[in-house]
Amino acid sequence: MDNLTPRDSEYGLEKAASESKPILDQSAGSFFKQLLGFWVTFVTQFKKVNTVEYPEVKEPTAERFHGRHQLNRHPDGLEKCIGCELCAWACPADAIYVEGGDNTPDAQYSPGERYGKVYQINYLRCVFCGLCIEACPTRALTMTNEYELADDSRRKLIFEKEDLLAPLRQGMLMPPHPMYPDSTDTSYYKGEVTGSHPSQESNPHV
Amino acid sequence: MSTEITTDVEMITVVIDGFDVTVPKGTLVIRAAEKLGIQIPRFCDHPLLSPAGACRQCLVDIEINGRAFPKPQASCTIPVENGMIVKTQLTSEVADKAQKGIMELLLINHPLDCPVCDKGGECPLQNQAMSNGREVSRYEGVKRTYEKPTAISSQVLLDRERCVLCARCTRFSEEIAGDPFITLNERGALQQVGIYEKDPFRSYFSGNTVQICPVGALTGASYRFRSRPFDLVSTPSACEHCASGCAMRTDVRRGKTLRRLAGEDAEVNEEWNCDKGRWAFKYISSKERVTTPMVRGADGELHEASWPEALARAAAGLKGKRAGVLVGGRSTIEDSYAYAKFARIALNTNDIDFRARLHSDEEAAFLASIAAQITTTYRDLDKADHVVLVDFEPEDESPIVFLRLYKQVRKRGLKVSTVAPLASRGSQKLGATVLSSLTGLTLTEKSVILVGERAAETIGRFTAVASLASSSGAKVAWIPRRAGEFGALVAGALGNLLPGGRPVSDAAARVDIQTAWGVDALPVKEGKATWEILEAATDGRINAVVVGGVDPLDISAEALGQLLDTSTFVLSLEIAHSAITAIADVVLPVAAVSEKSGSFLNWEGRPRFFEKAITDSLTRSDTRILSALADEMGSPINLPSAKAVARELQAIGKWDGARASAPVVAPLSLPTPDGDHAILNSWRELLDLGTLQAGEENLAGTARPVEAVISAARAARLGVTTGDAITISTGRGSITLPARIGEIEESAIWLPRNSAGSQCIANLGAASGLVVKVAKA
Repeated sequence: MDNLTPRDSEYGLEKAASESKPILDQSAGSFFKQLLGFWVTFVTQFKKVNTVEYPEVKEPTAERFHGRHQLNRHPDGLEKCIGCELCAWACPADAIYVEGGDNTPDAQYSPGERYGKVYQINYLRCVFCGLCIEACPTRALTMTNEYELADDSRRKLIFEKEDLLAPLRQGMLMPPHPMYPDSTDTSYYKGEVTGSHPSQESNPHV
Repeated sequence: MSTEITTDVEMITVVIDGFDVTVPKGTLVIRAAEKLGIQIPRFCDHPLLSPAGACRQCLVDIEINGRAFPKPQASCTIPVENGMIVKTQLTSEVADKAQKGIMELLLINHPLDCPVCDKGGECPLQNQAMSNGREVSRYEGVKRTYEKPTAISSQVLLDRERCVLCARCTRFSEEIAGDPFITLNERGALQQVGIYEKDPFRSYFSGNTVQICPVGALTGASYRFRSRPFDLVSTPSACEHCASGCAMRTDVRRGKTLRRLAGEDAEVNEEWNCDKGRWAFKYISSKERVTTPMVRGADGELHEASWPEALARAAAGLKGKRAGVLVGGRSTIEDSYAYAKFARIALNTNDIDFRARLHSDEEAAFLASIAAQITTTYRDLDKADHVVLVDFEPEDESPIVFLRLYKQVRKRGLKVSTVAPLASRGSQKLGATVLSSLTGLTLTEKSVILVGERAAETIGRFTAVASLASSSGAKVAWIPRRAGEFGALVAGALGNLLPGGRPVSDAAARVDIQTAWGVDALPVKEGKATWEILEAATDGRINAVVVGGVDPLDISAEALGQLLDTSTFVLSLEIAHSAITAIADVVLPVAAVSEKSGSFLNWEGRPRFFEKAITDSLTRSDTRILSALADEMGSPINLPSAKAVARELQAIGKWDGARASAPVVAPLSLPTPDGDHAILNSWRELLDLGTLQAGEENLAGTARPVEAVISAARAARLGVTTGDAITISTGRGSITLPARIGEIEESAIWLPRNSAGSQCIANLGAASGLVVKVAKA
């Protein structure tokens, strides 16, 4: 044996082998000890059940459970996301891919100059840590409580912007459409825009 | 490159934060601190621009011989002196407080829109606000806002509220580029960067202002909102657009080039580049890219084919034929060498020429005798007493040479003369004397003659250059327009030269190369020039042509027809579909510059290496394809990679034997046109219809207006003023352009050679020296 290979003694294996003893006690006293073990099982039959019959029965998650993401909208329907990529920057798992784009007078998706043209979250990578939510400067990205994300292909687990955008609620219009009349991006952030205006419906792209 | 050691400079020792540092007299305090590794925050300070003291961020406490300045001083404007003691923010509370105060003041009107700002993540203001600013803002008022963004040009956008008024952009455009189209308007709180109302910001160097802006006030329209610095994988690269040889940085996100920046190389481009180099890269992602090999079928159409099938077809088409090779001037030296070796070994011919443009036999002789051994460098321009430009327009044809000359013109009034028909904007900026010929010029050994590729268009010009250089001892440099031409010359992609500048006619030179390549014999007969190859293709003396990246309209109006009319086999190696691929029998797709590694030689002969920027690209370089093709033909050239070529070129080395003799061609006197006619002159402007500028509309928007330049006398005779349309016609066709009255020879007219609405070769059939009819439109 060369000097470089560690010997069994160095791992403590020899010592362990010399000290270990086989279990030899098979006497009657040990039978009652084994029965005692079944007592726990027996008693549990009469206790209240903690589990639910998922998926037939579903229980609400904790209020702040980290589930699937959502891209929120302003009250008039414009997207809150400005494509700044801070979520992608914060992501420890490199699960988010964003490309920014220019809002033009013909196609306004978010207040101001910039919007998120491409927005993808890869749920194969996401660890639901929520750092992206903390990084988002416009509260565009939040997390829902939805946790049923399993699917049968890798492709389907890369969520696109359409999959992540929040549904249109009462009073919202589908972008692209112009900003609220006489408003700036600041008025949106200050919460001064509370719904859509009839003039915003004149959308050249719908 | 030798670094000059000058000992006659007085050295001064100062104390900065308790440490001694010895620097040459005249060094600024901020630089001396850098030498110690002490970083003083700054915005307006830039090592290549004159000090401005505009932002006041670099305040430090200074004491000279025991007498302290009463208030902190801007370290970017004060040169070191003996007995000076400097205390920066690290040791002086006063300096630290002053810097924090300045930062707070700068941030009062600076918006907090970092999430939408392109500079976010690589912003000196962001970084220094973190390192040298207060933790929290005390400002509660309303920030100043402007309408945004303002387009300074189609390519540069300005967000005025982000500006910290450092004046880097205005100083750059005035001091470095010589285009003072932007300035600081208004004063006090209303001060802002603006353009002169009558002169739009039409500078070839405008992109540098975006790069040196220390905040996100100036942004490039093409990169706006495209990505963040952390998305980008940066690769040092070299520019493929001209022979200046700029160091570059290519930023790629997921296989797509998003931007290119000027790299730093003090010997070449310093920290600058031109807008073409910066922004013309969309051709790589063009829809016209050839993506698979294509073979022309029996139906006369091109069909997609597998590599083995296409290579087999190409090999069958070339084998045993009398072939010629046309290499565009855009190839890297490795690719040019592969073409040169392929021609000699696989095709057994010297019929190879890299000059896909107007050329002459006199030029070939000049290249073989003089250009192949040029050692002139940018440093020689810095030291020259007189620079003579011969058929060379540096601002359009090699912009960094222009910047170098302009620097010396500004610094020490360098004398510049230009042999040109007119005083262009570039020569006006250089204060150049316009000459009609080289006769009567007296030069010294410190003078430099820069001769451009257009000298081939004037018979006898190269002869005059060669004789002037030998009689005066002045240095010569040959500055072609394209990046690959100098490399192609050294690689032997020319009919009369083998690699390393070895003359084909010299038996010893041939033996050198035979040994290196391990072949028994090399073709002895000197090869044909591009025009001869094309002519030979029409009468069957050549019945196969290999074309690598050539636009036939660069050579002549007939070139395409000459290849089309015959049963010549045409193999095209191209990145995008072109006039040649439309007639080729086999088309093989090749890698663009960012998809391969290699090097260019700039006009100094300095290698400009670059690595593959788009690492997951599957395209292959010309070298690899030619090597595979040669294998298929049974005469291998053994060049599997650019590295293999570099090794071979290294082993071959330069020719130290006898050179060919300099050309002796008598000049031809030009015809004297009558009043209705003029002699045509043209050159390609930097921004025009060049193939590599395709797909970048923002860049095209900053091109100069397309105008025909005529003399005042001719304008009076035609009854036109600046702006009126005139028609220039030949038997082949005509061009109608607005006229501009300029300082041009009475008998001449100047047009842009390849701009929108003015494509001289296609429309007039010639690009220079031709007598054309000029009339009011």
